[in-house]
Amino acid sequence: MSLKGQAYVVGAFEHPTRHAVDKSLGQLHAEAALGALDDAGLSIEDVDGYFCAGDVPGWESPGIGPLSVVEYLGLKLRHLDTTESWGSAYINHVEHAARAIAAGKCRVALITQAGRPRAEKFSPEASHLLQAQTTAESQFELPYGPVVTNVYGMCAARHMYEHGTTSEQLAWIKVAASHHAQHNPNAVLPNVVTVEDVIESPIVATPLHRLDCCVISDGGGALVLAHPEVAKGLKRPLITPTGAGFTVKHLNGGYFDILASGAVQTGKEAFQQAGVRPSDIQYASLYDSFTITVLVQLENLGFCEPGQGGRFVADGGLISGVGKLPFNTDGGGLCNNHPGNRGGMTKLIEAVRQLRGEAHPAVQVPDCRLALAHGTGGQLGARHGSATLILERED
Amino acid sequence: MESRIPASPQPWPETERFWEAANQGRFMLQRCCDTGKAFFYPRAHSPFTGRNHCEWFEASGRGTLYSFSVLPRAKPPYCIAYVELEEGPIILTNIVGADFDRLEIGQPVKVTFVDSENGQKVPMFSPAG
Repeated sequence: MSLKGQAYVVGAFEHPTRHAVDKSLGQLHAEAALGALDDAGLSIEDVDGYFCAGDVPGWESPGIGPLSVVEYLGLKLRHLDTTESWGSAYINHVEHAARAIAAGKCRVALITQAGRPRAEKFSPEASHLLQAQTTAESQFELPYGPVVTNVYGMCAARHMYEHGTTSEQLAWIKVAASHHAQHNPNAVLPNVVTVEDVIESPIVATPLHRLDCCVISDGGGALVLAHPEVAKGLKRPLITPTGAGFTVKHLNGGYFDILASGAVQTGKEAFQQAGVRPSDIQYASLYDSFTITVLVQLENLGFCEPGQGGRFVADGGLISGVGKLPFNTDGGGLCNNHPGNRGGMTKLIEAVRQLRGEAHPAVQVPDCRLALAHGTGGQLGARHGSATLILERED
Repeated sequence: MESRIPASPQPWPETERFWEAANQGRFMLQRCCDTGKAFFYPRAHSPFTGRNHCEWFEASGRGTLYSFSVLPRAKPPYCIAYVELEEGPIILTNIVGADFDRLEIGQPVKVTFVDSENGQKVPMFSPAG
């Protein structure tokens, strides 16, 4: 069933903090929620559906987190959805919210996301220590020291091997993000960088450099969707999801292609539902945990042929006003913000800004009516949740 | 060169056979009896059919390097890798006993066993031949 006109995104808010030493995790969720509701012209009393993932406080205590945050926020609910697929979850939640609204389960749906890894001094090199010993695969993986960076490093190494992709081509993805971030006063890395800056930064996990990685930042964001009857009484532009796809890509008993992410399936499904093609998309929010993540998603979603990603992104291919496909015009996770090590919410928010014409004028896509947001949550080179969403401005 | 001592695995009863064999220097795999395909990681149920109709066999320990990444700042530096086994599955491992600068995707590798923190041996791979 097409999502078009079933529900509208009426509120969006990105928390301005990037270093939240003075705020609790619950507080960040609440501030994000209020920001998005205020943006919509609604209040907390209007919310009857709530969507959250594993970043809520108390998630580590089974069954507690979502109930606890509902209480903190003071919500009176008819519908709760806690689908967890790491950073891709919130993009998936938009589809779930639209379908819940269409099914009459709720009329105003709130999605929140927040995190404070910078305040908590999170280290990607120690991230394997956080992996659950109870998973079936951990005994066959943890002895080998898979941290975030080296699993993405294996994706980049394989892409270089199969397709001749270069470090310089990957660097162009960071360069494009930095060109956008210079206009964002909240960006963690607001300075324009060059290809040389990226490839001269230290190697963190071969062949990836420090500047191939996203930032570690605190903050969060929220989105509000509403029933058409509610949305049409508000003052915001009518933005509707028109197509969505979700899957979990995993290692399949040892038979997998590290360069074929879940986006191969979810992109196809989302485009089919929306009745549009990749070449119709005017703006794309692409998950950018690392430069290689963007490259693989571009190919998997069909923006270019497999193996052609390096050529697609080179020479400013992703820079707004310059290249073929403006991406992550807020500076993305690579330069602006990657709150709680989860990039899906900020991807949605910048897509909404573009469709409303509210992006920074220097990066705004003229008359942007069709945008895509895509998330790869988990690890590109191992198991991950993959969510694609196509959004359209209706008026 | 100093090499990294891996963390010890925490076996479940369904995987004890794999780890006991590793301590004897043997690399075991399972195959799905319905499809005949070898799979990894070991588990009670086939990832292809969901049925608990699987059998163990001793694998050749040979494969090729599918991809790898070196963490140069780790102390000591180490190399994570995916190795594509002769029997089919691609598995996560470490490359040891090699000059990391000379590794090439596609090169043949063979299994070796390395003591983990508690003495349990874990399979790793080295350049072959």
